[in-house]
Amino acid sequence: MSPANLREALIKHLGRIAPEIDIDTIDTKADLRDEFDIDSIDFLNLVTALGREFSLPMPEADYDQMQSFDSLLTYLENHTA
Amino acid sequence: MKPFLMPSLGADMEDGIMVEQLVEPGSPVKRGDIIAAVETQKGTIEIEVFEDGILDSWTVPLGRKVPVGTPIAMIRASDIPDPPSEPEIQEPADPIQQPEGPEIQPPPPENAPPIEPEIVPPASNLSPRRPERTRQRVTPAARRRAAQAAIDLRSFGTEKIISLRDLSPLEELDETTPMSAMRQAISDAMSRSKREIPHYYLSDTIDLTAAEEFVAVQNAERPPDQRLVAGVLFLRAIARAVKKYPEFNGHFTDGQFVPADAPHVGMAINLRGGGLVAPAIHDTDTGSLDHLMVRLRDLVERVRQGRFRARELSDPTITLTSLGERGVAGITGVIFPPQVAIIVIGTPSWQPAVLDGGVIARRSATITLAADHRVSDGHRGARFLRNIISQLQTPDTL
Repeated sequence: MSPANLREALIKHLGRIAPEIDIDTIDTKADLRDEFDIDSIDFLNLVTALGREFSLPMPEADYDQMQSFDSLLTYLENHTA
Repeated sequence: MKPFLMPSLGADMEDGIMVEQLVEPGSPVKRGDIIAAVETQKGTIEIEVFEDGILDSWTVPLGRKVPVGTPIAMIRASDIPDPPSEPEIQEPADPIQQPEGPEIQPPPPENAPPIEPEIVPPASNLSPRRPERTRQRVTPAARRRAAQAAIDLRSFGTEKIISLRDLSPLEELDETTPMSAMRQAISDAMSRSKREIPHYYLSDTIDLTAAEEFVAVQNAERPPDQRLVAGVLFLRAIARAVKKYPEFNGHFTDGQFVPADAPHVGMAINLRGGGLVAPAIHDTDTGSLDHLMVRLRDLVERVRQGRFRARELSDPTITLTSLGERGVAGITGVIFPPQVAIIVIGTPSWQPAVLDGGVIARRSATITLAADHRVSDGHRGARFLRNIISQLQTPDTL
């Protein structure tokens, strides 16, 4: 998976949860849940969708590595290599 | 041939706008099928049919506001081969030529038929996903705008989610922003609540250390689609507590309190783009926590897409507002009439607690009850609240 593909997938799944938010307007280093105003169930749905797409377990213990858009992207890059 | 009527979602609903017709005339429909979406003050409601048959015709055009009780479709029994050439419900006149108004509408019946209660069949497995739908995904704001501007959403296909941005090239956006129908509905309900309900309030600190540990242990080995959130424990604890304190679970109507026969806890869910709804999770006391989680996820997902079912909005018996992980310590709730109680659980944080004479850090949150003094008082309210707090100390029993 290339980083560009991962980014595209992440944007796609975030778009399902927060369709009105433009990725270009958010701070990709800030807390993802604040930037997209998503709650714990939205976040769980995001993790579920990403885990399913990339066959990753994405354990809850790793959630602190998924706090921002950038860190979540890095997490996906590291685990889909 | 039977008319299918614009449903009523409560005494405060007067009319609705048909915004989607999901079935072509002449197509068979089964009991429980969602055949249309109707925009109301409370949001977009998916409308289900109550019997098998064939959808003969739509009797109200898209985008037309009609009173509760107006026939919106005609459904004939499937064993009748062809529609007889009987006089149909008069097609309402072109909305452009005739402004909407009661004079051109069929009068609503004395009593609009109640939404038929229907038991939600338990999910057969833990998958929270419904079968993939080929229907369009449209944001609530876009659906509303499309209906107002008479834009046919079918031309957009089903590939992507249709948002306001997609519609804006097709229409002149209105720059003014009057109070939305949703905001007006919330305002009306809350004004009525503050005017009519003699609220009293109780709050306490709730130790969530055990509950959070329980969730973490449960989730450690589970794939994401089977994980729990603490909210399901809250829902279950409230549902159990009202069995013992039924004066917090029901409706105050026509000058008297009618306790509900089961807990249908309403979960306050914020809507993207503004507003909130608190649809019911039916029979919140039954089934496993996993099943409750499936139902909660399904509900949140549908609500965020602006799709929920009529009966979910019409019959919550008590409301929970859970502020989640990124909220504030607490809110003093305003009861949603005709309910008689609302519980708020604030954002958990590390707090010093005294245990066995020593100070230790515990995960704690504020729990607040607002209840109706016409039905109960602070003494019972305190016992009710203590019951919820106590149950959450032994999450494995929920």
